[in-house]
Amino acid sequence: MSHGSLNAYLVVGSLLLVIGIFGIFLNRKNVIVIMMSIELILLAANLNFVAFSSALHDMVGQIFTMFVLAVAAAEAAIGLAIVVVYFRNRGSIEVDDVTLMKG
Amino acid sequence: MIEQIFFYMFSAVLLVSACMVITARNPVHSVLFLILAFLNAAALFVMAGAAFLAMVLVIVYVGAVAVLFLFVVMMLDVDFIALREGFQKFLPLGLTVGFVLMAEIGLSLAGFEASGTMRLAAATHRVAGLSDAASIGDLLYTRYLYVFELAGLLLVIAMIGAIVLTLTEGARPRRQDLARQHDRPIADTLTLVKPVIGAGIAPLPAREDVP
Repeated sequence: MSHGSLNAYLVVGSLLLVIGIFGIFLNRKNVIVIMMSIELILLAANLNFVAFSSALHDMVGQIFTMFVLAVAAAEAAIGLAIVVVYFRNRGSIEVDDVTLMKG
Repeated sequence: MIEQIFFYMFSAVLLVSACMVITARNPVHSVLFLILAFLNAAALFVMAGAAFLAMVLVIVYVGAVAVLFLFVVMMLDVDFIALREGFQKFLPLGLTVGFVLMAEIGLSLAGFEASGTMRLAAATHRVAGLSDAASIGDLLYTRYLYVFELAGLLLVIAMIGAIVLTLTEGARPRRQDLARQHDRPIADTLTLVKPVIGAGIAPLPAREDVP
């Protein structure tokens, strides 16, 4: 494959990143969809890592992808636990109410 | 040629399902589209020569994270219609930010010149002849051992944190308490009745429907 293929991967990754950020703006109230958007953003980063790892013949990109996966899994677990606790306390998951948590 | 067709197919499905994730009315559909997006990303990983990572993506994301999302979405009785109120309001702002970001990334990508040595093929490692899973292990357990252990520590902390956050006192399941069971006097639990023969235990209620 030619190096045009690397560019194709980068385009797909950047489109995915923009879709994820767009999702955060679009679903300002729904925490669960915001977390899914964050997963999409991390997936875009992983796609870039793998594409560059492939193109540069270097496994370190794939190693880093594994660490990103681990961090994303930890983030999802903690985030969903916070959502569950928040829902238990307030009966809703609207992000606007989260400002009540301060201080 | 066929590789390109598959690449475009997988990336098209990936991007469309990512769009569906953020716009779907029902969050359960969002999660299902997220799973579809992860599967297509795994296919793209395979095409980039990272088969092991593709399997890890399928197992960790589709098997654990997406199911966790599905679990929370279905467990919480959330009024999702009310959560979509701001959808129209934030659409112009989101579109603006998205287009600006896309333009910036597009400009920087247009300026990016892949050097001649870049060839997309199965990534190799300094030890020739190893599969990608073997070379990931070869790197992960030697040069990146401390980072690997740090990742494990992070996962343990995340697990403990999730348990501590969601565990509630007083909502424990009922357990058998043997000492309490054995301490109960017989009189509390058992009464002996001597029934009169033929009278039955208690007088039967009168039945009108019997002819």
